[in-house]
Amino acid sequence: MTTAHTYDAVIVGAGGAGLRAAIEASDRVHTAVISKLYPTRSHTGTAQGGVCAALGNVEEDYPEWHAFDTVKGGDYLVDQPAALLMCEEAVDAIYQLEHWGLPFNRTTDGRIDQRRFGGHTRNHGEAPVKRACYAADRTGHMILQTLYQQCVKRNVRFFNEFYVLDLLMDEGRVGGVVAYELASGELHVFHAPSVLFATGGFGRMFRVSSNAHTLTGDGPAVAWRRGIPLEDMEFFQFHPTGVYKMGILLSEAVRGEGGILLNAENERFMERYAPTVKDLAPRDLVSRAIYQEIKEGRGAGPHKDAVWLDVRHLPREVIEEKLPDVTEFARVYLSVEPTKELVPIQPTAHYAMGGIPTDVEGQVVTGPDETPVPGLYAAGECACVSVHGANRLGTNSLLDIVVFGRRGGKHMAEFADGSDAPELPERPEGFARDMLDGLMNRREGANAADIRSELQESMFDLAFVVRSETGLKKMQQILGGLRERYERVFVQDTGRTYNTELMEAVELGFLLDCAEATVAAALARDETRGAHYREDHPLRDDEHWLKHSLAYRGPDGSVRLEFKDVKLGPYVPMERKY
Amino acid sequence: MAEEPLGDVLDDSDGRRVGAGGKVTLALRIRRYNPDVREDSWWDEFTIDTEPDDRLLDALHQVKWYQDGTLALRRSCAHGICGSDAMMINGKNRLACKVLVKDVLPKATVEPIRGLPVLKDLIVDMEPFFAGYRSVLPYLINDEGEPDRERLQTPEERHRFDDTTKCILCAACTTACPIFWGDEEYVGPAAIVNAHRFIYDSRDDGADERLRILAERTGVFRCRTTFNCTEACPRGIEVTKAIQEVKRSILFERF
Ligand SMILES: Cc1cc2nc3c(=O)[nH]c(=O)nc-3n(C[C@H](O)[C@H](O)[C@H](O)COP(=O)(O)OP(=O)(O)OC[C@H]3O[C@@H](n4cnc5c(N)ncnc54)[C@H](O)[C@@H]3O)c2cc1C
Ligand code: SF4
Ligand code: FES
Repeated sequence: MTTAHTYDAVIVGAGGAGLRAAIEASDRVHTAVISKLYPTRSHTGTAQGGVCAALGNVEEDYPEWHAFDTVKGGDYLVDQPAALLMCEEAVDAIYQLEHWGLPFNRTTDGRIDQRRFGGHTRNHGEAPVKRACYAADRTGHMILQTLYQQCVKRNVRFFNEFYVLDLLMDEGRVGGVVAYELASGELHVFHAPSVLFATGGFGRMFRVSSNAHTLTGDGPAVAWRRGIPLEDMEFFQFHPTGVYKMGILLSEAVRGEGGILLNAENERFMERYAPTVKDLAPRDLVSRAIYQEIKEGRGAGPHKDAVWLDVRHLPREVIEEKLPDVTEFARVYLSVEPTKELVPIQPTAHYAMGGIPTDVEGQVVTGPDETPVPGLYAAGECACVSVHGANRLGTNSLLDIVVFGRRGGKHMAEFADGSDAPELPERPEGFARDMLDGLMNRREGANAADIRSELQESMFDLAFVVRSETGLKKMQQILGGLRERYERVFVQDTGRTYNTELMEAVELGFLLDCAEATVAAALARDETRGAHYREDHPLRDDEHWLKHSLAYRGPDGSVRLEFKDVKLGPYVPMERKY
Repeated sequence: MAEEPLGDVLDDSDGRRVGAGGKVTLALRIRRYNPDVREDSWWDEFTIDTEPDDRLLDALHQVKWYQDGTLALRRSCAHGICGSDAMMINGKNRLACKVLVKDVLPKATVEPIRGLPVLKDLIVDMEPFFAGYRSVLPYLINDEGEPDRERLQTPEERHRFDDTTKCILCAACTTACPIFWGDEEYVGPAAIVNAHRFIYDSRDDGADERLRILAERTGVFRCRTTFNCTEACPRGIEVTKAIQEVKRSILFERF
């Protein structure tokens, strides 16, 4: 059975980006938000450290300084006009959140308090600056709650625990989406002239990750299968401080508040790698430094594959007032008392810089000359504007989701207002139905969990902080084998009610797509830039590679690559030193 | 039973801990329900080899991924922040991702949270819970025009409601409450926590309206201070204290 719905605007995803877009669109047109999770379960809620804007509440600061840091932090792959615009709009975006009730920490004179974060500096690199606005170490939680509260107030229409499985297109125009209702096993067709993807990241393709089990790249994969390219997929951020083995994030705010990294010899090794900003260097540099320490035998722990995060010297009230959750993670998951003991950490897969290419209105654009896809939008981590370039600065993602969520929601509503959705084909749910039937009808075959753990394990070995041509080629071969096995996956659960096994198998297919695009782009880019470190090509090569990659799914299943120029601006690429 | 001795593996240098080692065996007893299969619920037992430092959620995944794919549960973040996986573990409401295997060895009994209709296995209908949440107007109410910059709020004013901003809407408190089990009209502790978060926010003007709602028959005066909610809260929120504060405001400040 299939149920049909008609809307002006359909938003896929109810994290920070989706909710921010929903507030904007639902004020203007008939809007539906479809989310595979209850909105408040979205991964935005786990963001800890902060959201930045040059408010200048604590120290002198300007949006232009912020933009410079963003561009430099992104190793000059950032589209500079987009970064300038984001940093300019950041200030009002933060005030807006405050007006909606977000409980930011405050200065003694009642203003929003700000703290330091990696890569954010005063006057183009002079010294760290206090730019990150925060609510203890649960800033993302408070953003998600606040935006959800505003949606409750506005009576936004949610379809919770609905999984979008397909994007409907007609001659290059958007016609809606097909979604699977988890409670009933029913397919729903949402007919609409505008669709915005805000499905978040895909860190689950790596074994050690700070990402939720549900971050499987659904939006990018669904779009990819319909011919939309994915931009800059080779750039995935590995955050230096994940809980050893589990990957749970210990926020950079820990170092922002004064925490330091030590190797097995108790040396504060970041002093050697980044003499000016030390432990507050951008994440790609710190993760690579940790790898170098481990490689040279100075790793800690029984397997010598960790380093220590040290907060023992921090005042008690800083730990309790500003880092309560992070401290609790160490206690619960590592049985370590951080006020007295060192915390073992290792880099963890954290953030997708790449994704569905968009312009600054959130509109999806394809090809080197950026042809818009009428009615199709994307925002948040699943999108690539690109404001993060080759390496995102901490606190810039929560900013990205509110700034570009707002822009995308506004623009899609303006587009939808007055335009009709194209006619739907005879059996719009056909593609999704066939995909599900394939999984449900096989009575034997491959186990999805085996494939998933092999994917995660090998991506962790071959496409993580350190990459090489040999490793990536091997990874491509492995992916080919996993893909073949995936075609034979079967599920035990053939029921209609809450068939989470079926949806997990579908999500695995999305993850495989994202991994294929990632590895193909990483193999092609034979230079080192930002988070993409090629040990066989350790230098940045602006002559050949000051450009974005676009990966397409070819008709035969192979990956085809195109490239487009980076939009430059006031900042001339120079060597990145901190 | 444990095959190898438990305990932390010590780093060679000076006894810094990097987690426990060795495999252990965990027996899981899970209450099942699946309307596609039969009308009543039943118990299933599974035995798995796991690591003592694994989460109970990891253990449930092992069952689901390698033994019985039909086992249904909600989860996402796996570190106690998204509020998806509240369930009754050895008789207590807990998040499966915040309980470690070593804390329940050698066996764990897992059931859905109580007081909400079970839909399949560990999945319950959350709609009545969210309806309670929505009923207390859980959003900032302030009709004065918005200033150009932020509204001012001192650290002390912010501290007044800090505790209740931590709520992740997991429902562990509400479904641990005997009053809620007996009376589905009662809004339950979580809704009151979320009302508290705004009532004591110096920027909010909706306190009177919320207090009126909570003074009704379905509101705070149902609470019999059993502290089950406080004990259940995975975020360490002093839920009972918040409820008492709201009661006091109704009795002594507003009406
Ligand atoms: C642990 C952690 C800490 C972080 N800390 C910070 C920080 O301090 N500062 C900062 O700036 N950034 C931080 N980040 C990054 C930032 O939090 C995320 O990039 C951002 O929140 C992503 O928001 P989003 O709205 O794009 O996606 P999400 O919040 O992940 O939401 C995705 C939504 O899409 C829905 N969805 C997915 N697939 C489907 C489908 N098929 N059908 C229907 N719905 C679907 C989900 O239900 C969900 O609602 C952190 C990230 C992590 C993991
Ligand atoms: S108060 Fe605690 S137990 Fe209750 S819903 Fe909120 S987080 Fe969960
Ligand atoms: S899975 Fe998110 S709270 Fe347990």
